[in-house]
Amino acid sequence: MGESKLDLLQGTLDVMVLQTLLTMGAMHGYGIARRIEQVSGDEILLNQGTIYASLVRLQQRGWISAEWGTSDHNRKAKYYSITRSGRKQLAEDAAHWQRLTRVMGRVLSMPVEGDL
Amino acid sequence: MGTLREAMERVRSFFQKRQRDSELDAEMAAHLELATEENLRRGMSADEARRQAMIRFGGVTQAKEQQREARGLPWLDVLLQDVRFTFRTLGRDRGFTLIAVIILGLGIGANITVFSVVNTILLRPLPFPNPQQLVRILTKDPKGGESSMTYSTDATQEFQRLNRSFASVSGYFAFSGPDNLKLSSGGQPMPVTGLDVGGNFFETLGVEPSLGRLFTAEECLHNSRPVVLLSHAFWKRQYRGDPGIVGQAIDLNKTPVTVIGVLPASFDFGSVFSPGFKADMYGPVIYDDIRDEGNTMALIGRLKPGVSLAEAQAEADLLFPVLHVNVKHPEYGGGYSGKLLRLKDYVSGKLRRSLIVLWCAVGMILLIVCVNLSNLLLARGAARSKEFAMRTALGAGRGRLVRQLLTESLMLSLAGALFGLGLAFAITAYLAHQGSIALPLLSSVRIDGAALAWTVVVAVAAAVFFGLAPSLKISSSNLQEALKDSGHGSSGGKRHEGLRSALIVSEIALACVLLVGAGLLLRSFLRILEVDLGFEPSRAASIALDYDDKGDAAKRSAIWQEVLRRTQAIPGVEAVGISDNLPMSRNRSWGIQVKGKNYRPGELQDTFVYIVSPGYLKAVGMHLSQGRDISWDDLDKKEGVVIINETVARSLWPGQDPIGRLAVAGGMDVRVIGVVADVHESSVEGDPGWQMYLSGAASQFGPEGAQLVVRSKVLPESLASSVMSTLRQINPAQPAVEFRPIQRLVDHVVSPRRFFVLLVGVFAALGLILASLGIYGVISYSVTQRTQEIGIRMALGASQARVQVGVIGKTLLLASIGIATGTLASFMIANLIASLLFGTPARDGGTFLSMILLLLLVSLLAGYIPARRASRIHPMIALRNS
Repeated sequence: MGESKLDLLQGTLDVMVLQTLLTMGAMHGYGIARRIEQVSGDEILLNQGTIYASLVRLQQRGWISAEWGTSDHNRKAKYYSITRSGRKQLAEDAAHWQRLTRVMGRVLSMPVEGDL
Repeated sequence: MGTLREAMERVRSFFQKRQRDSELDAEMAAHLELATEENLRRGMSADEARRQAMIRFGGVTQAKEQQREARGLPWLDVLLQDVRFTFRTLGRDRGFTLIAVIILGLGIGANITVFSVVNTILLRPLPFPNPQQLVRILTKDPKGGESSMTYSTDATQEFQRLNRSFASVSGYFAFSGPDNLKLSSGGQPMPVTGLDVGGNFFETLGVEPSLGRLFTAEECLHNSRPVVLLSHAFWKRQYRGDPGIVGQAIDLNKTPVTVIGVLPASFDFGSVFSPGFKADMYGPVIYDDIRDEGNTMALIGRLKPGVSLAEAQAEADLLFPVLHVNVKHPEYGGGYSGKLLRLKDYVSGKLRRSLIVLWCAVGMILLIVCVNLSNLLLARGAARSKEFAMRTALGAGRGRLVRQLLTESLMLSLAGALFGLGLAFAITAYLAHQGSIALPLLSSVRIDGAALAWTVVVAVAAAVFFGLAPSLKISSSNLQEALKDSGHGSSGGKRHEGLRSALIVSEIALACVLLVGAGLLLRSFLRILEVDLGFEPSRAASIALDYDDKGDAAKRSAIWQEVLRRTQAIPGVEAVGISDNLPMSRNRSWGIQVKGKNYRPGELQDTFVYIVSPGYLKAVGMHLSQGRDISWDDLDKKEGVVIINETVARSLWPGQDPIGRLAVAGGMDVRVIGVVADVHESSVEGDPGWQMYLSGAASQFGPEGAQLVVRSKVLPESLASSVMSTLRQINPAQPAVEFRPIQRLVDHVVSPRRFFVLLVGVFAALGLILASLGIYGVISYSVTQRTQEIGIRMALGASQARVQVGVIGKTLLLASIGIATGTLASFMIANLIASLLFGTPARDGGTFLSMILLLLLVSLLAGYIPARRASRIHPMIALRNS
């Protein structure tokens, strides 16, 4: 691979979970973890177990809700789905991240003095 | 919104730990199985599928821990864990726990008690609405006792009319003694204490009756229907709290008096205005009845809202000099002055410094306790160093160890506080019922919310104070060294020794300051007891005499002679006499001056006056320095007789023989027949004022009541019943009043000082004990640590004496440094308490020296015991003992 995987910044996992649930609908923990891994192109370092701290935090803040259900392969699992206040929160967080990325992009693409 | 919800969820999760955990377990198990299945579908072998799923999942335990932290209250979990652990460790070490809790309890208990007293007397506002508006009106430069701090009826009413600063001005009759009324309800008449107050006295204070009503304006007029208000305590005691008493008439001095109400339990006249005085009932002052009695009213006032004390004072400075003693006789003059003092300052101002000293002393005790505890914890920490090393090795961070140790300190401190609270409850309950201590508001001392809050503050502060240094020290210890230090070397003990020695030195220094302070106060108190009072209180007692002379002097003289003759005959009685007034009790003053001489204003002084029978001077133990006592035959209507004290003799006839001179006393011509030594008439500490003694048998002067004074050859108390039965034979209506030792009057006056000396003394003793325990602990511990070293030395030929000298030398060194520091501090602190001392200089060499010697001696003793043990160490046993 050559490049090492990205360490997750504090709080980023929460946004990823919310975004995943927004696009995919109700999912269980394993599904969310897998989805994030796939979308990130296996570029982030994620111990799948860490997702549960994020899930319980989001749930206790009322941004996602949880319900026990049955999987396609007839297995009992806890399904999470995003709530209304979760969508609102995600919108705020997404705007924040996009702004941050734009600013970082501009700063990092600053030309070296004298190159012009 | 989100945060509040989250906080509530976290609390909920905290209480549903088990359920949440099992749910999480199920969820994680499902996760792993889902992952395994997917891997299987990708074609992995069963084992490989499971292994890969586990790898991708990461640490299961860590994930669970993370989730728990995200959902619950991790700090509370840690705290509970620490508390459980503390219970276990402290339970294992019962001796240590017990000693620590007792020491802390004593220190904290003393602090709560003193705080309650300080809070009640100094900090808490007076128990009246808007107490900051209440003012006591006093004379600016009072010299003649109560009389010179009071105002005539006319002056009072003029001031009420003229002033613009006060919402209301009122007062009370300042010369009511205890047991001044007789309550008859069938059976023997009972002595009760009544106090006359201005008609608007209770309105001025803002006191509402708990039953019935206050006085009406008509009831304050001459010849009005007599009424009284009962004190709550008297109502409970005498009428068992029967509300039906209101509206009924009771028999007071053979007059039917209507009870119009009961005052609330929270109102205690004595505790605010006259500590030790207990009024049973209150009547209205009838101004017209006492208009000609001179200065009788003690004044209070309530300022109008928005009027400052300075503004009111400015007005009083203008008004009081123009007030008249008697409006109809402006030639009597007035010469009043008015000093306005906030009622709170009047009540507690004089005590402020004493109370602050007491507070500091008790704070020092707490410091000593903390230092002691620090030392104990350090010693314990050294013994537990391996436990901590082990925990560090297992991954505990330093913060976690400090937190654990502080939790232990806090638990000890809280247990101590609980014990201390118990002590404080007992002591304050005791103090509140000590009527004999003349401290204001003492009856309302109790452990209230403020005291409880203070307890928590003190306990937590103490825990941090005594726990922090040891826990930082212990947790910083070198891991490797601690694990290695298996008892062979001597390094383990040495590590903390510097800190421990510093603690001991500061402890001794604090104890030194306390001892010197207490020593100075004690010496002052002893000086006060040594003061020649001018009379001899021991072996004398007094009883209020009841008789009816119908205002006839000849009849009174006959009754008095009869009473004195028959009581003198009682076996064991040495001398008897009658006076209407006793030293150090209520006082009253008139004027005396040389007949025919004109005086400038301020040249004369109000003079304490005693209307006495022949023999009184001897009975109370006064010394006639010139001339003779009054006799029954001094009955000349135009020219009475007077005995003056030395101060009056010196002031009126300086350098001359006063005997046989003519004077005017209380408006009557009198001839001086004797001079007595000065009597401390109102306080032990102050200088005696002007005093004179007039004959009660003569018709010029009517006594106000009569006290029979009996001097006995035996304990006066043993004569109580025979005196009472003799009085009953003479007068069957004699009420069953108490036969009071005269000593009690003196005790009452010195009781605040006795109270402070006792407390400071107890604190000093406590400090000394704690300091000596501290020294003992440190020296004893170092001896234990050095057992082998000492053993080796002795094996190499060191003598027992040499070992002892070594240990005692170390003790002496610590004690000397502590005492030197403490003495220096004492010098500075002594100046601060100089105003509390009496007849003792702040740098009294004797006190300093004796206290230093005492401390040194106790320190040596505390060091000698371990030194003795050290010298008994048997080399063989010590060396083998590894």
